[in-house]
Amino acid sequence: MPEPVTIILNGERRPVAAGSSVAAALLTMGVAARRSVSGEERSAVCGMGICEECRVMVDGRAGVRGCLVTCRDGMEVRTNG
Amino acid sequence: MAERAEIVVVGAGPAGIAAACAARECGRSVRVVDENPHAGGQIWRGELPQPWRTRWEQAAVPMQAGATAFGFAGEQTLLVECEGRAMEIAFERLIVATGARERLLPFPGWTLPGVTGAGGLQALMKSGLDLAGRRVVVAGSGPLLAEAGASLLAAGALVAIVAEQASFRQMIPFLGRIAARRGKWTQALRIASALRKTRYRAGAWPLSVERRDGALSVTLRLGPRREVIECDYLACGFGLLGNTELAQLAGCQVVNGCVVVDEHQRTSVLGIYCAGEPVGIAGVESALAQGLTAGYHAAGREDLATACTPGRDRGRRFQRVLAEAFALRPELKELATPDTIICRCEDVRLGELAGFLTWREAKLHTRCGMGACQGRVCGAALEFVAGMPAASVRPPLVPVSVGVLAGEQ
Repeated sequence: MPEPVTIILNGERRPVAAGSSVAAALLTMGVAARRSVSGEERSAVCGMGICEECRVMVDGRAGVRGCLVTCRDGMEVRTNG
Repeated sequence: MAERAEIVVVGAGPAGIAAACAARECGRSVRVVDENPHAGGQIWRGELPQPWRTRWEQAAVPMQAGATAFGFAGEQTLLVECEGRAMEIAFERLIVATGARERLLPFPGWTLPGVTGAGGLQALMKSGLDLAGRRVVVAGSGPLLAEAGASLLAAGALVAIVAEQASFRQMIPFLGRIAARRGKWTQALRIASALRKTRYRAGAWPLSVERRDGALSVTLRLGPRREVIECDYLACGFGLLGNTELAQLAGCQVVNGCVVVDEHQRTSVLGIYCAGEPVGIAGVESALAQGLTAGYHAAGREDLATACTPGRDRGRRFQRVLAEAFALRPELKELATPDTIICRCEDVRLGELAGFLTWREAKLHTRCGMGACQGRVCGAALEFVAGMPAASVRPPLVPVSVGVLAGEQ
């Protein structure tokens, strides 16, 4: 197993499997990616960039589809972004 | 940032890879753009099988990964978003190989975290989701279900059941077709062997799902009975739909959800080709043949293009068998209640859509289909559930910032 990488999730350092997408990492941790307009928790559905349910803020960029981005060491991820 | 290539290929799945290799091998300048971090599309996901791996490496086509085509600037310039920046790529010929997505259908609870597509959960697993020891219900329709079930098992998941909505009787022609072809038969045997200890039920589908004590509680219809199964994930997809949006935006003719092409994969727009699933769901073998045809023809080698058509036609015949074997049963139209969310982006419920005859009308009044996914999920759902034909496609195809639209570097 390659060494895990550390992402900064909502300000907290969290180890995730190397090579993992942001969406997969959030699901593994049981953290919802966003809240819907009526307040429901949502997380990744399609896993391939279509449904937009896993969108988060990555390194200050809003609305990034977490399933299309690979976790990097030190990457800042904010849910509901 | 402006780039230029004789041939631009959108999508690096089997069709796009084959097209790019073919065009490059004919000495053309080629660029590939793909949204994913790696080439291979959803089926290969970065791990190209031989001989394609070698061929792709040798062709050494420049590929922009993590890049989403979202529109056009004029007739021969593609607009691409990559890490928050806009890019223009000028082309002489464009090959659209944008693959397919799963059809997701609404039922009570389908928006809960942990409810995913069937191929969706498989894709998430391949991109790092740890499923060891997790309980999974696989449901929906199509040959993808059994394959997803087998690969989730191999990843250590506990697959409680694979529930296929089609009846066994309906699937017989498909099974006969598989038995007649050695390659497919070997694959089917491998999957059947992997699933030998797993419940596989035809004529079974999800009615609803709720969250109870941190787990999902799925109610399934199994023939005449109902059964409630506890799980961590409900992986549910009802077949595949081609991603036709980019071709539609380019003005290509689309009929019944399929981009119309001629025998050389040319669309109705001069200089634009389409290959693979957007032309009609027909699987990887056909996608490769179509990609080669498009690539050779775009490179000016009609002779080589014509030689690839038999593989493509076999795939097309298979497509018809697939469509009939896994046709969706009408009961699935009745799963959503007035309170069920249809548009997941804007949280529009089925009850709010009552009385609208067209999707456009519903959009204007309820914002249904106007959110981030641009109706990619609810459009197909509404078409099936309410018989509302999908609305037209508009740029940008995916949400991009105003800065990107303004060409900010």
